[in-house]
Amino acid sequence: MTGEPLSLWLEIIVSAFLLLGSAFVLIGAIGLYRLPDFFMRLHGPTKATTLGVGGVIVASLIYFSNRQAGISLHELLISLFLFISAPVSAYMLAKAAVLQQLPLEKKTRGKPWEQ
Amino acid sequence: MLAYVIPLCLALLGLALLLTLARLVKGPCLPDRALALDTLYVNAIALLVLYGIWRDSDLFFEAALLIAVLGFVGTVAVAKYMLRGDIIE
Repeated sequence: MTGEPLSLWLEIIVSAFLLLGSAFVLIGAIGLYRLPDFFMRLHGPTKATTLGVGGVIVASLIYFSNRQAGISLHELLISLFLFISAPVSAYMLAKAAVLQQLPLEKKTRGKPWEQ
Repeated sequence: MLAYVIPLCLALLGLALLLTLARLVKGPCLPDRALALDTLYVNAIALLVLYGIWRDSDLFFEAALLIAVLGFVGTVAVAKYMLRGDIIE
């Protein structure tokens, strides 16, 4: 790292957000890997996208707002864009999976597209 | 303190990328692989933002935003292909 060190409290806050974000990204990836069928696996990446990237971006926001004069808001563009686009991607992938009639976990109750 | 936390977060994100890559290889179906690629670009965004903090540089934000936009377009194109067999009608 370059530049002068941050104040202790600011370091603690940035560190907390970074750890939170990274942990949620990892949890999303674990969910993607371990869950048994496609529709369950769809849930994992939503955690990575919202809480994970959101946490890292909030940390970045706090860090750079301290580094330079004024508030550094442009990182919010990433979160804003991801929050808008991630549900659309997930929805389209889910529709594709329904169309291809991917196999479901045996415990699933109800198949709405077979009515 | 950040000097210790940032490498730890990089390790966590690296592990997340490896798990996602495992799902990409394992499949078993095309939507699974598309979902894994979608997750890969999201994880790459987090990695880039984190690297920007580490290098104390504001430039990596631009790259992260580009990846977000292009990743979304790529995912929608693949999903459209899976839905209709073509991308541009």
